[in-house]
Amino acid sequence: MAGSTLASATAEPLVPAAPALPRRSVSPWAEAWRRFKRHRLAVIGLVVLGVMILLVAFGPMLWRVQINDIDFSARLNAPTANHPFGTDDLGQDIFARMLYGGRISLAVGLSAMLMAMVVGVTIGAIAGISRGAVDAALMWLTDLFLSLPLLPLLLVLTYLFRDALKSILGPEIGVFILVVVVIGAFGWMSVARLVRAQFFSLREKEFVEAARALGASIPRQVTRHILPNALGPVIVAGTLNVASAIILESTLSFLGLGFPPDIPTWGRILFDSKEYLDIAPHWALFPGTAISLTVLCINFVGDGLRDALDPRKVL
Amino acid sequence: MGHYLLRRLLIAIPSLLGISVVLFTVLALAPGDPFSEMALNPNIPPEVQAALRKHFGLDDPIWQRYFRWLVAMLHGDWGFSFISRVDVDTLIWQRVPVTLAVIGISQVLALLIALPVGIYSAARPYSWFDRIASTLALVGFSLPTFFTGLLLILLFSIKLDWLPFVYRGDLTATGWDWWVQQFKQSIMPITVLGLFQAAGWTRYVRSATLDVIRLDFVTTARSKGLRERAVILKHVVRNAMIPVVTLVALTMPQVFGGAVVTEQIFRVPGIGSLLIDAIQRNDTPVVMAATFVLACLVILFNLLADLLYGWLDPRISYR
Repeated sequence: MAGSTLASATAEPLVPAAPALPRRSVSPWAEAWRRFKRHRLAVIGLVVLGVMILLVAFGPMLWRVQINDIDFSARLNAPTANHPFGTDDLGQDIFARMLYGGRISLAVGLSAMLMAMVVGVTIGAIAGISRGAVDAALMWLTDLFLSLPLLPLLLVLTYLFRDALKSILGPEIGVFILVVVVIGAFGWMSVARLVRAQFFSLREKEFVEAARALGASIPRQVTRHILPNALGPVIVAGTLNVASAIILESTLSFLGLGFPPDIPTWGRILFDSKEYLDIAPHWALFPGTAISLTVLCINFVGDGLRDALDPRKVL
Repeated sequence: MGHYLLRRLLIAIPSLLGISVVLFTVLALAPGDPFSEMALNPNIPPEVQAALRKHFGLDDPIWQRYFRWLVAMLHGDWGFSFISRVDVDTLIWQRVPVTLAVIGISQVLALLIALPVGIYSAARPYSWFDRIASTLALVGFSLPTFFTGLLLILLFSIKLDWLPFVYRGDLTATGWDWWVQQFKQSIMPITVLGLFQAAGWTRYVRSATLDVIRLDFVTTARSKGLRERAVILKHVVRNAMIPVVTLVALTMPQVFGGAVVTEQIFRVPGIGSLLIDAIQRNDTPVVMAATFVLACLVILFNLLADLLYGWLDPRISYR
């Protein structure tokens, strides 16, 4: 993406560096990685997230227990060797359900983030480039969205469109698309503001002015010169966005308005468990911990990325 | 000051209208209307159906229906809940005070934690206190309120049996006893909401204070020989509060979202649980009104923040 800037940064400096300074010729990404590794919690977060992703990706193939294997003789069992995370009120294996549901929870988080990023970067870029009336209108829209009561609206939207989408696209895909779209549709505002602010400062920088003077068209200025330099904050915002999307999905499911019981996302398992909190606390503890741990790790990684991708910060 | 207030109000009104347009359009675009079930009923002749639809104006263009709805709202006619058999506005106004009390107290709690911790962290950046506080803050706002709520119930209501886990709006006790019971049942919802908000704000207070501490006027204050305590409290804090007020206003929608969740966990009879109940029982007039009232409350708090902002930052002209 940032081919030209990377190449020029890796090239030897034309002016010989002062002898006191160590000569470095690392790419910006290697430099970022070096900075990232100094953030111990971020590295731990990345490792835990990696394990989590491997588990939900390959776990269901290795732990071959059906998620809807009903066994009334083993209702509400505490964790045992057969059921490492215990069983629920129908005797279904919670570990298997969480492995399967985790896929959906994580997939919702990533897809909603991607959607929010696409919308946010587009709106922010248009506002930042055009300025004037277009900018004012887009920023009014952004502020309006920011002042909407997010959760009530999400609830209302899923309530209104769930049945229709379910009947058109089928229960799984229909609810998935609905949840991703409503979460994505309300997650773009901070990204738009951020990108707009980046554009405002970057388009006045000398290298962009040089590109303009050389006759670069506006799309070229944006894609080759401005966007690559705005990438750092956008990546950080995107990372944190995954965390909030996962929380929102779990919240919707926890309130009983996200996924149906046969699609056991972590929030949905928690929703089913809360009536049995006194006799089967394990049922709530495992999915709750999974959500918290995932979100915490993503936030740690986001923090690490913020330090790593900000070239002004000396580490 | 009055002029400034008026101008802020004039800015708030378009946002309210914008929100109502968004809400109304969403509801209007949604598949199915109150009469779609009637169409399946063979006992009602088609002429009657058509007449009813015409009477309620269901086939009019959407903007006409919007204006009709807006005028009715402004006249205080919020519709009738067919499920609860009461007027929607009575239902709403029963619930709003509870929500406002829970949110208000928890926000005060959040500020009481976030301000001192954030400022103290910023005054000694990268100290042990700062590291621990920052990490705890990150953990705090990564834990979803619905999980911390369940954990508290598990610990304090089920294991220890100290606190009731269902909030009751109709306490029978009187006098001193009423206050004790009210206090006991409010602890958990307020703690969950307050700590979550405090965690997010602590980080922000810290970075806002750090931004100010580096400025020249702070160095000047120090070099005049003022004690550190006076420098921080008199010179830094007041300036650092300006961006913090903006953030508090910006997180208001999130706060009300958090209230919906906590009300649902602890069964607090507030407007959030009213909304969820209404959604589950398909009570559209209540859904619409509850969402709109939540939006109004968010805007109202934004307005209050604006006023506070003007008071804190004299550079903002009131004219």
